Order: sequence, then C-alpha cells, then structure tokens
Amino acid sequence: MAYVAVKGGERAIGNAHAWLAETRRGDTTLAELEVPQIVQQLSLAVDRVMAEGSCYDRDLAALAIKQSKGDLIEAAFLLRAYRTTLPRFGYSTPLDTAAMRIRRRVSATYKDLPGGQVLGPTFDYTHRLLDFALAAAGEPPAPAPEAPAGDTESPRVTELLSREGLMRREDDATAEPADLTRQPLAFPAARPTRLQNLARGDEGFLLGLGYSTQRGYGNSHPFVGEIRHGTVTICLTPPELGFEIEIGEIAVTECQMVNQFHGSRSEPPQFTRGYGLVLGHGERKAMSMALVDRALQAGDLGEDRTAPAQDEEFVLLHSDNVEATGFVEHLKLPHYVDFQSELEVVRRMRATATLQPEQATP
Amino acid sequence: MPEDTESRRRWMGILARASHGAIQARLGAAPALPPHTRLRGPETGLVMVRGRAGGDGAAFNLSEMTVTRCAVTLHGGNVGHAYVAGRDRQQAELAAALDGALQDATLRPALMATVIEPLAAAEAEAVAREARKAAATRVQFFTMANMR
Amino acid sequence: MMRPGFTAPVENAQACFRAVLDAISRPGRVQILTLGLTPPAPLDIATAAVLLTLVDAETPLSHDAGAEADSWLRFHCGSPMAAVGEAAFVLATGKPPALAGLPAGSEEEPERGATLVLQVASLEAGTGWRLTGPGIEHEHRLNARGMPAGFISEWAAQRGRFPCGVDIILCAGDRVAALPRGTRIEEG
Repeated sequence: MAYVAVKGGERAIGNAHAWLAETRRGDTTLAELEVPQIVQQLSLAVDRVMAEGSCYDRDLAALAIKQSKGDLIEAAFLLRAYRTTLPRFGYSTPLDTAAMRIRRRVSATYKDLPGGQVLGPTFDYTHRLLDFALAAAGEPPAPAPEAPAGDTESPRVTELLSREGLMRREDDATAEPADLTRQPLAFPAARPTRLQNLARGDEGFLLGLGYSTQRGYGNSHPFVGEIRHGTVTICLTPPELGFEIEIGEIAVTECQMVNQFHGSRSEPPQFTRGYGLVLGHGERKAMSMALVDRALQAGDLGEDRTAPAQDEEFVLLHSDNVEATGFVEHLKLPHYVDFQSELEVVRRMRATATLQPEQATP
Repeated sequence: MPEDTESRRRWMGILARASHGAIQARLGAAPALPPHTRLRGPETGLVMVRGRAGGDGAAFNLSEMTVTRCAVTLHGGNVGHAYVAGRDRQQAELAAALDGALQDATLRPALMATVIEPLAAAEAEAVAREARKAAATRVQFFTMANMR
Repeated sequence: MMRPGFTAPVENAQACFRAVLDAISRPGRVQILTLGLTPPAPLDIATAAVLLTLVDAETPLSHDAGAEADSWLRFHCGSPMAAVGEAAFVLATGKPPALAGLPAGSEEEPERGATLVLQVASLEAGTGWRLTGPGIEHEHRLNARGMPAGFISEWAAQRGRFPCGVDIILCAGDRVAALPRGTRIEEG
C-alpha cells in the first residue's frame, strides 16, 4: 500500500474542527450537557464505551461520549487512546463473581434456585412503547420499593450441575494468561486470550455471531443457566505492601450459557458452558459473548468446525471495533498514487483489448 | 495474616471505596492529621482486572481500570499507602495520610471512631439499601403449593 | 527511611528521557542531567534517574546494588526483580555480568534484547575510544573509566548477533552516554 505525502489543507482542517466543536455544542440557547449527567442518565452507553474501550472509568467514558457527540465507537477509540498514556501498576486478583453483590440475577434453567430470581432494573418486561412523559421534564420518579433482604446466598447455577457430574468442569489452569494489550494475537489462541478478545469486542459483531449460532450456523442448543449483574470488589497485592488490599468496586455482568454436548471418545455426554463477562450492565453483550465462547470451543471438544462463529481467526481478528473502524475508515484518506496506478492499468488493458479484440479470449 | 495487617486491610478498603468529600467531611470531627511528605505520587495508572473462565476456571485479562496511588511519610516515620479506584488524587493522598496515621497506636482509636467506622456504617447502609431494592424485585412464583 | 524519587515526576522523567534519547541517537556523546535527586548508595544521580525513567512494573530488573537500593528501586520503579538472564534492564554498579548472558532478543523480536545500565567511574567525551556507526557522522571519542577488562572484545563478539544484542547506557555522577548495539568501538 502506498500513500502520498500531501501538504496543505491545514486551514481547512482547522476550520472543520471549529465547525465540529460548534455542531457538538448545538443550539446554545439550550443547556449544555454535563459529564455527570451522562454518567447518571446514559449509564448503559457509558458501560458499553468502558467495555469496548477496555477501561473502567465512568467519568472518562462519559467525557468520551460527550466529545464524540454520542458516537460510541469513536468514544471507545478515545478511551483506548487515553489509556495508553497511563502506566500499568499491576494485575488484580481474579475477581470472584460468586461473591457479587447482586442487583439482578435470573436463570432460564431453574425456576426455584437458591437466591431466587432477582429481576433488578431491567427493560425485559416493559412494553417498548415510547414514553412521552419523559419528553417533558417532570418530577423525579418515586424511590424504588424496598423489601427485607435477608442473608441469601446465590451460588452459581453451573455449580449445581457440576456437583451432579452433568457439567463439564472448567480447566483449573494456573498459568499466567496472555495479555492482548502486550502480546499480539497468535493462533491457535488459548481460551483466556479468546475471552479477553471477546470481552473488549464489538457488541454488534458478537450479537450477530451469537445469533448465527442459534440459527443453525454452528451446532448450539443454548440455555441461559444464569445471568448476574452487580458489583464486585477488586483486589490487588502491591509489591511494596506484600499483602492483598481492596482498591474499589466495579460493576460487571456475567452470563453462563449451558449447552448440550453429545460426548466424545474421551468424555461422556454432558453439558458444557459458554462464558460471558463484561464491564457494567451489558446483558446482550455478555450473552452474545457466551454463545461465541462456546462456539469457539468446538475445536477443543472435538466438534466439527464449519460455521463462522466457530472459526477463531475469523472471529478474533474482526471483533475489535477500534481496529475495524481504523482499517475501514482509512479508505477515505488520500490514496491518490494507488489510484493513479490502477487508472493507468485499466486504461492500458482497455487499449490492448481494443487493439486485439480476438486475443482477449484465449 | 497477623491481626494488625487484617485491620489495616480493612481501613484501606474502606478508604478506597469512600469519596474524597466523604473522607474530608469526617476529618472535621477528627484530631488533626500529622503533617506528611509525599514519597511517591499521587499518580494515576491502570490495573488490569482479571476474571476466570466460567467464573471458576483459568484466569483471563478482562479489562483495565484507572487507579490512583500515593505513598507518604509521616513525621513520625510511618509510611502510609493508598491504591484507590478512579482518578481522584486528593482521595488517594488523604487515604495514604490516614493509613500512615492509623498505624500510630496513639492516634488509631480516635481516627477509627471519627473517620473509619462512620464511613463503614455509611457504606453498609448504602449496600443494605441496594440489597432491599433487589429483594423487592425477587420473583415470588405462584404454585399449587403456595396458592392453597 | 525511604528516600523520595523525582521531585517533579513528570518534568524530571521527561527531561531524563530526552537525555537518554539524545545519548542513544548520538552514541558516545555525553549528556548532563540537572536534577535534584538523592538516591541511596551506591546509585549515582544519573543511574537512579535513568532507572526511574525507564523501568516500571512491566520491565523485570536485575541489579547488584544492595539492599537499600533494592527496596528503593522496588518502591519507586515498581519493577519485579529477575535473574540476569530474564531481565529487561540490568543494573551493574560493580563488575558487570557477561554480555552474552543477557537476553539478546530474537530475530523476530530484537527489541527484547536487554538494556545494561552500567555505572562507571567517569565519562568524558573527546578522548578515549573511537566510536563509529549509526548516529555518528565521522567518529565520536568517549573515555569511560572503570570499564571491565576485555569489554571491547565482548562488545565486538555481540555484533555478530545483530539485530539481536544488548544496549548499554553508561552513567557516572550526573552524566549519561549510550552504546546502542549498532555502535563499533575501537581502542583510542
């Protein structure tokens, strides 16, 4: 690929930036959107930008949304760029989702399970009718009702099946996982690498792939074993202290997808799982991730790999929306020299074809 | 883990989860903190958060998060440390200064009573309120058994 | 009692990074750092500043500088400690380890070659070794006192492994010079 160095256009670029700033602000007779308002009132957009920008910081994600005029991929790009300016202090202790403080937890496989079905703040049972009351600023809604909480534990659904021997156990690998922010992707990719890639992957891409596994592209019969959303504590062992400390909390969504497995020569028929874990409240992404994670295990489980979602090179190399947008959008940058050479080739081919028409077909 | 370390871990965790404003508000009623000098930071960086495949399998790198850390020396010689989620430098420095002061047995009781325990109580109340809201959305199924 | 690091972390690290960049771009030219830094013995100001600037939690360090410097380096650089053969940075305040024993990178990833931060007795430009190679128009002269015997032949031996190899940052007092792996050294 060749690019041509072009000078000029500096004033045009400066003026374009000025117009961008003006259109970002919009009608100045209206109040300016404040970052805390985005944090509070567009929290799911903030969650998505954090997940795909792969950096948990609600204020930064909200600022990126404001700066990008609500273009969430552009916002994720801004967050990724910002994180490269910061030093890495270390790696957290793997978080314990069983100890999550639950805001929502539902299972589609068991009605009555320890801890129960907790709906949390969900859109699931809304009627999807536009609420025009929201168009007019009004009184804030009444506080949500409360009920005695008790001391309920919510063990993982997968654990219930594992105890019966009906669920394939996770490999208890203690190896240091590879880090995609430090080592480039190589194939075949280990499961921890795949999960890191999917966790920062584009929600739309994963949703489409997950959907394809349900429609027959990949042999999948999934059930939602469990979705849980809430806050988990982050622990770190700073070398200068030598003991583990809690440094704060983050919100995450986890999905355990339960899939049938017909068994192989070495393993009996049982259930297997696909796993999804994303920052913030992102059920659609967590579910899609779990479907794709299960599809990508086809090779490990000795199943045929025929569908796009089972092809790890296809999935992992195209899941990152910052990479994808960079490569797709670079096409609009000057390719004057490339195109001139193509133009010449086409002209020459046409000239040759006009001169010797019968030789064009051998 | 020695008991001292256990209680230090607890106050460091409480300070990490409290906002700068909340800590500052509590300090009004507390004895003055001894002066400190900055040893390192406050500086903001990243911690890579790890999860586990299937929740209980092999570790994987989930995402980074912003973290601010600070280390200070108190004029008594104690070194205070703080690692707090987010980018609030004031919170990190205050948490480090408090961590240093809390290691001093003569200052500890008053600081625990006026700063740490009230912050812990406020946190516990917020956690409990959220748990009650979640409990209100727990589904009570109508079955033949409980409809009778 | 832990000694502090840079007094102005951002400005100091940037100034030091610039000095190291200049030192590596023009091998053998001596850069002088003007920083208020009080590192623990046996670290010179330049040595300590280079480590604070370049070493962090992602670069395993190996050193021979003793216990006080060890805790200072662990705290301010946050780097994990590693054996010489696995380190990204190797600090030598005494007799340096054999160059051949340091990571030299691979043909695919030559950037994984280690950087040896070597504290010497003094650094003087204009006399001593004759340096030639990339970044040097004709010839640079550098007099580094306190280099181990046999260093020139060891250095010549690693040139055969190019692009793999070890880069050296020389430090003395407040002075910094560099010998990137592409530089040729002849006795003056």
